[in-house]
Amino acid sequence: MSDGPAVIGKAATVANFQEAPPRISEWKRFRRVFFGRGMVVVGSLILLCVFLTAIFAPWLAPYDPYKPGVGNPLEKPSKRHLLGTDNLGRDQLSRLIFGARTAILVGFVSVIIAAVIGITLGIAAGYSRGPANPLIMRLMDALMCFPNILLALVIAAILGGSIVNVIVALTVALIPTYARVACGLTLSVREYDYVLASRLMGFGNFYIMFRHVLPNVFPPIMVLVTLQLGAAILAEAGLSFLGIGIEPPGAAWGAMVSDGYQYMMSNPVLSLAPGLAIMLTGFAFNMVGDGLRDAVDPRLRGLL
Amino acid sequence: MALLRVEDLKTYFQTDAGLVKAVDGVSFTVNEQEIVGVVGESGCGKSVSWLSVMSLINPPGKIMGGKVLFEGKNLLEYTRHSPEMRAVRGAKISMIFQEPMTSLNPVLTVGEQVSEMLRWHLKMNDKEAKERTLYLMNLVGIPDAKNRYDDYPHQFSGGMRQRMMIVMAMSCNPRLVIADEPTTALDVTTQAQLLELLNEMVKEFQSSLVLITHNLGVVARYAHRIYVMYAGRVVEEGKAEDIFERPQHPYTIGLLKCTPRLDEEEGRELEPITGLPPNLINMPPTCAFLPRCKYRKERCAEEPWPPLFPVGPDHYARCLLHENAEGRVNMND
Repeated sequence: MSDGPAVIGKAATVANFQEAPPRISEWKRFRRVFFGRGMVVVGSLILLCVFLTAIFAPWLAPYDPYKPGVGNPLEKPSKRHLLGTDNLGRDQLSRLIFGARTAILVGFVSVIIAAVIGITLGIAAGYSRGPANPLIMRLMDALMCFPNILLALVIAAILGGSIVNVIVALTVALIPTYARVACGLTLSVREYDYVLASRLMGFGNFYIMFRHVLPNVFPPIMVLVTLQLGAAILAEAGLSFLGIGIEPPGAAWGAMVSDGYQYMMSNPVLSLAPGLAIMLTGFAFNMVGDGLRDAVDPRLRGLL
Repeated sequence: MALLRVEDLKTYFQTDAGLVKAVDGVSFTVNEQEIVGVVGESGCGKSVSWLSVMSLINPPGKIMGGKVLFEGKNLLEYTRHSPEMRAVRGAKISMIFQEPMTSLNPVLTVGEQVSEMLRWHLKMNDKEAKERTLYLMNLVGIPDAKNRYDDYPHQFSGGMRQRMMIVMAMSCNPRLVIADEPTTALDVTTQAQLLELLNEMVKEFQSSLVLITHNLGVVARYAHRIYVMYAGRVVEEGKAEDIFERPQHPYTIGLLKCTPRLDEEEGRELEPITGLPPNLINMPPTCAFLPRCKYRKERCAEEPWPPLFPVGPDHYARCLLHENAEGRVNMND
């Protein structure tokens, strides 16, 4: 400890001042911030598992998930059927694996479509100083009056139960949230000098909206997207639970919880396993969302 | 030759409290390669008048009348979002703001922000745009430009950001650069460097420069001609040396009397201008400086605000003192 000053000699200090440290690439910074937190890593791993499961479902599933009677009805977990069988004798593990497909498909497609439409409407409304703002936002308010699940329920009931209709229903239900958040953020961002500056530089309004405003409102929306991914999977589960989601032979986690629920006392694994899958996926999306928010913002990236 | 002529420009804001005549009949001329100073205190309409020139007044503000003649065309005939107006902004007339901290987009790299302008206006490809950006970054003295190109604004200091703003403003080789208090947010040494840089850059690019400021020291050194604004109008205009040596409007005289100078004898008392600038809502038609004026006469309260009277070669003042040619004022009286 006493020889510290001697080691850090004058020459060393001077050399440090003159040689710029090597640049850290933005991508490297991104990874460092993103994977710097344990929870984000755990979330990413869970999501990776869910994705791989969804992609490779036909190879992973030990049995045909739709075929009744591959075992006896309501078998307890055993070596042949790791999670037992449901009331029709279908292999529960296979159904769980195929359920990942439904969850990811419904979750992603509806959230992404809703985000694209909602953010576009929100930024347009927030940026415009004309009648577009009240017009779009009142429409969104009208949509928002209905609880999300009720709205999805009505749409699904009108259109009938199918995976496409579930996606449509969820998309419509999710749009107003994005529009609202994007509009609010845009209202504050548009007052910054750099937006005025880009107008002064002669850029067109659409260019400014998407090139200058969008990246600035994106980090908070990013979190919303991931939260909504979890929520959409839950909502799909809810719709399926209520019986207006995926058509019967199809495998959906929510429907599985609902089906297994009657046998809760005798065979709890039937609803606990899909329930746990829903919960873990939702949790994983939230964690990854938090990590992304910190990592996509270049200002935070420098600090963390 | 006049590059830009603003004639009788009027920009009003309709607020809940009443009509604010932020700019009320202002005329400016900017000649080729000229540096023009626009001086006035906060809220006198200096920024609004130049935003009006660029047609960038947001509601509730509205340009009520006047002409902005630039390269033979009246810019006010174009609508705000028209392609003609967009081709002028940034490419022909560019602007530098007061607050370098917020005038660069925080989520785009500084180099990219300049390059995108070059791609947009001059239709350059990525490589040409980057080359020109690097060339300009070197020109304004950003060390290690190649590496700093990919930095984000928060990685730059205030002075460096303002240098980047200058790079941006100069990138498309504009005819006119409007600098709206470009050095207010910077410390004094950086201020001097940046003004010197701005001066060199407009010379290099043969552009004209409008320096909007409330700091007389800033314009004293660089401006060829000066407009002094008060309450939405020009109260005095003239060559820089006339304004500083022979000011004729009581407001200009007041401004100079409350500013210390290096080239004067010691011991002069600085005299503040008493009172406050007027509220621009529902102003009376009389001279707006009247309540604060030391030279006021009884007639001033009865007559409307007079026009600009000639008080010397290329030198005008908006004051009843100069109604007749013999009314010259000596500042040291």
